[in-house]
Amino acid sequence: MATEIQTIELPKAQLDSQIIVAEQVVAGYRDNIVWSNASFTIGQGQFIAVIGPNGAGKTTLFRLLLGIQQPKSGEILVFGEHPKKGNSRIGYVPQQHKIDNDLTVQALELVRLGASGNSWGISLFSDEDRKLALNSLRAVGAEKLAQRSLNGLSGGELQKVFLAEALVSNPDVLLLDEPLTGLDIRAEQELLGLVYDIVQTRNVTALIVAHDINPLLPFLDKIVYIANGKVATGTPDEVLTTESLSSLYGSHVEVLHDSKGNIAIIGIHESHERVKQR
Amino acid sequence: MLYYTFIVHAFEAGTIIAIVGGVIGYFVVLRRSAFAAHALSHIGFAGAAGAVVLNLFYPWVTPLYGLLAFTTGGAAAMAGLGKRASQRDMSIGITLAFMLGLGSLFITLYGIYGAAFSEEAYSILFGDIFGITTLNVVITLLAGMILLLLTSFIYRPLLFSSLDQEVAEAKGMPTLRLGLVFMLLLAVATSIAVQIIGVLLIFSLLVTPAAVAQQVTTRPSRAILVSVIVAVVATWLGIFISYYINFPASFFITSLSFGAYLIARYVYPKVRPSSILRGRAQESEETKEHTHESSKEIPAIPERTG
Repeated sequence: MATEIQTIELPKAQLDSQIIVAEQVVAGYRDNIVWSNASFTIGQGQFIAVIGPNGAGKTTLFRLLLGIQQPKSGEILVFGEHPKKGNSRIGYVPQQHKIDNDLTVQALELVRLGASGNSWGISLFSDEDRKLALNSLRAVGAEKLAQRSLNGLSGGELQKVFLAEALVSNPDVLLLDEPLTGLDIRAEQELLGLVYDIVQTRNVTALIVAHDINPLLPFLDKIVYIANGKVATGTPDEVLTTESLSSLYGSHVEVLHDSKGNIAIIGIHESHERVKQR
Repeated sequence: MLYYTFIVHAFEAGTIIAIVGGVIGYFVVLRRSAFAAHALSHIGFAGAAGAVVLNLFYPWVTPLYGLLAFTTGGAAAMAGLGKRASQRDMSIGITLAFMLGLGSLFITLYGIYGAAFSEEAYSILFGDIFGITTLNVVITLLAGMILLLLTSFIYRPLLFSSLDQEVAEAKGMPTLRLGLVFMLLLAVATSIAVQIIGVLLIFSLLVTPAAVAQQVTTRPSRAILVSVIVAVVATWLGIFISYYINFPASFFITSLSFGAYLIARYVYPKVRPSSILRGRAQESEETKEHTHESSKEIPAIPERTG
């Protein structure tokens, strides 16, 4: 009896089971090392920002987690296993999702493919995936978009549809690659609020790649800061300091705070950025 | 008119090809592979012309064999060129020009060794729907059935990787191999369609009906159905009119499918105010479907007015 109560009263940090574990991971393509010596853990139900300059290797991290790419050395575990493609416990929204201007396919059909797009053969009479898709759209407050053609949606609306597509398989991890690009502040806040709700209510772990840390700050549990071929992780208070970022970049950078808690990082030179590679 | 075997054959082969073209064509439009489809038919032209020359020496060689050999080879090469259409365009265009040149060489060779070559060349370029033999119909039927079976087997993964390649790949779908399989399906479809509509006019069965469908519905399964209906009706009417008015059936088929596109593009949105092009719901269809298929679990989607 007593032990049960104790379990319930454990602080959140201890309850977190670590679902992503990286040990001395080196990531790269062929002879090219993008970043190295990354060791971190990510727990269940955490909201994580993946931050860093262009080409630092943020998308590479996602590709490792998805099993599309293998680490050059070190070990990365997702749910205690080496990542493999086709893991339905991971929902993924890639960067720069392109929708053709004259592509008239309705949103519901795209979300539906998130549920059944990987099954072979046709099922003429099964409607299960359609129901799942509608529920998923409803969960992100986008049921009104179900029958809208993808080419007629705004950037914010599209991101919601992609989020629904990623959520339809009921994943435990969400990987969102620059979902805020091109969104105005309102759409940005709406999307982040939505993701935060999902993290809270479903105990999903969300990793969001973003350029600007500020809109994310109110929601974050942890930051994965990738720059200069290195990876720093920790809470915002640990990572976003002059000392920690200076040692990450290998040169002096200054982290400034304004009265509202927004931060600015001064002294990052673009020469640190690498040519973007996919 | 069905008293004549050549008319019956025209209807039989025409129907099969229209169905196949309507289905495969939807993916051509979806995958933005129209240029590749165009190039395949021209590569097929070289193959068909080469087969016509070989036929002088080996009577068992028919243009269809040449078409199949060249288009499948071309399809495999194109699929290997990579996924980005912009990168492919140049290579496809260069290959296309070379293949047309090769075709013209074969046609000339045929003229040197054989007799009048213009008729053969004409039927490859523009189709010869009233020259279809029983064997042609059988081959077309077999090829058509295999194509439809394969397409239905890969339907959802192909749709997924056509619409959302990166997510499909992360979900473990073999997107590159699916691309190759699709190109091979397209190659076979092109080969059998050339007999009817010819190399130059193949778009009217492979692309136009699917383009019509894209204008009138946003659901892939329905779009394929519409695409097939447009292709079949255009083919039937084309053959029918051509029988009474002695102009080429190809002309009528292309004109009818083009007409259908113009109507779908410019007239349909006006007669149907809840047009998909303005991103609104297709009220009548959707409401009907929801009461029909899933009345309990899912509340009907609210109709949109603006």
